[in-house]
Amino acid sequence: MSLRRFTRTPEAVAGVVVLALLAIMALAAPFLFPGDPQSIAGPALVRPFQDWAFPLGTDRLGRDVLAELFHGARTSLAVGLAAAAASLAIGTIVGTLAGFAGGIVDEILMRITDAFQTVPGFLLALAFVSVVGPSLGVVVIAIALSAWTGPARVARAEVLSIRERDYVASARVAGMHPLAIAFREVMPNALPPVLALSSVMVAGAILTEAALSFLGLGDPNRVTWGGMIAEGRAVLRTAPFLSIAPGVMLVFTVLGVYLAGEGIVENSAVKRGLA
Amino acid sequence: MTDKLLTVSGLSKRFKRRGDDIAAVAQAEFDLEPAETLALVGPSGSGKSTIARLLLRLIEPDAGRIIFEGDDWLALRGSALRARRARLQMVFQDPLSAFNPRTTVARALEDPLRIHAIVPRAGRPQAVAALLDRVGLSASLASRAIHEISGGQRQRVAIARAIATKPSLIVLDEAVSALDVSVRGKILELLNDLQRQEHIAYLFISHDIALVRAFAHRVAILDAGCIVEQGPARAVIDAPQSAVGKALLAAAPRLHRNRIEDVP
Ligand SMILES: Nc1ncnc2c1ncn2[C@@H]1O[C@H](COP(=O)(O)OP(=O)(O)O)[C@@H](O)[C@H]1O
Ligand SMILES: [Mg+2]
Repeated sequence: MSLRRFTRTPEAVAGVVVLALLAIMALAAPFLFPGDPQSIAGPALVRPFQDWAFPLGTDRLGRDVLAELFHGARTSLAVGLAAAAASLAIGTIVGTLAGFAGGIVDEILMRITDAFQTVPGFLLALAFVSVVGPSLGVVVIAIALSAWTGPARVARAEVLSIRERDYVASARVAGMHPLAIAFREVMPNALPPVLALSSVMVAGAILTEAALSFLGLGDPNRVTWGGMIAEGRAVLRTAPFLSIAPGVMLVFTVLGVYLAGEGIVENSAVKRGLA
Repeated sequence: MTDKLLTVSGLSKRFKRRGDDIAAVAQAEFDLEPAETLALVGPSGSGKSTIARLLLRLIEPDAGRIIFEGDDWLALRGSALRARRARLQMVFQDPLSAFNPRTTVARALEDPLRIHAIVPRAGRPQAVAALLDRVGLSASLASRAIHEISGGQRQRVAIARAIATKPSLIVLDEAVSALDVSVRGKILELLNDLQRQEHIAYLFISHDIALVRAFAHRVAILDAGCIVEQGPARAVIDAPQSAVGKALLAAAPRLHRNRIEDVP
């Protein structure tokens, strides 16, 4: 029933289709383009649709643009999903502890949250990567550090309302340990509004990763769309396609994530409303 | 003195909210014998649930003493308190909100057995079945989600959860008020059976004075946080001395009629 409702929202379907295509690209990349996408594959600056060995041409250093786009999809999706998952996990845990413990613990955790929130997220990620050094894991942590405060606030607000419910009192009456109450009774019931942030978080993480790569702070051993755009800038006049192609991919990915996510959230909201 | 199960004295709790300062409970004094039912009656907002939550240590009092099973109940903290909670249980008014919406009947009953290490893991399904049987439910309900059973069944599960830890006192906060009349009668019967067989005392909170007259041994009438009168249930309810007692009686038409029939 919810699937039928889902298919009736065309923008959600479009989002899911785009995401499915991207996922296929990401998964197929090592099979379709088994070599190192960063190695020189042919002559430099082959224009797109000229040579069928390089359907989308080559860049300034003679690397296959299509292979780079496929491998870039891998990085974008992996970093986006991992960073969003990490942000949601950190945010949910911090928010649950703050909301459930209350008092001084809440005060301290929320001051920390405030502190993180006053620094612009991107600047924080930038600073973190510049200090620790660029690698995929560091980029993921940097993005998570810049984005966990939103989920933390949402989780805390939800926990504040849930902790007053009778079933939480029942768990205390049963003698359950406070941490068990927080993470077994309260947190799972506080998740829906936090998970509703997923699409925004993933889209944001993908854009942040691209921006970091654009500034040269991406993992140097990985092809990234942001890095490709930066590369293309040097020859923007003569070969604009080198910047446009990854830019278009980025736009489609972010749109796809956002539309699919909104569709899912709306569906579950409708479903919950009917229940 | 030592044969008392529960002795409460000078219990007080104020709530401050947006400038308001309400004395929800003021200097409450009462006690309970083992296997006795004390009813707490009073109009809405008179502090009944606050007393329940104070006894269960869900909130802390501003002043007062609670002696439970001979110990200073308010001095217990942390793991010592959690362990002793087995002896003092509670059943809430709304059986739906009293259970985690994601839980099943089995998990709800296994929790206290696991927490207080009453039954080892392997024996728990059997223990759950026995508890369900004890409250008049089929063991086949164990695998059901808590929202899949009826309100009356859910309240029986709540009672099963309360007796799982072998308590000596159960606080019943309007535990039968949300049930329809036929179900209510059966649940009260079950509570009576349990009291007789397991010697459980009840603090029975209700605003239904007719029900209290039939069910409780003694009654305490609450008004604006103060206990205004206290004594044997029938004596107090048939001839209340306090204004609130009289008002509650007047608002209970069924009982009123019965009493008039008794008179000639
Ligand atoms: N958490 C709270 N914060 C502020 N006021 C409260 C709170 N809980 C109860 N009260 C107030 O205390 C009084 C007694 O409430 P309660 O014990 O729930 O009454 P009853 O159960 O007899 O209906 C009421 O005036 C109520 O508004
Ligand atoms: Mg109440």
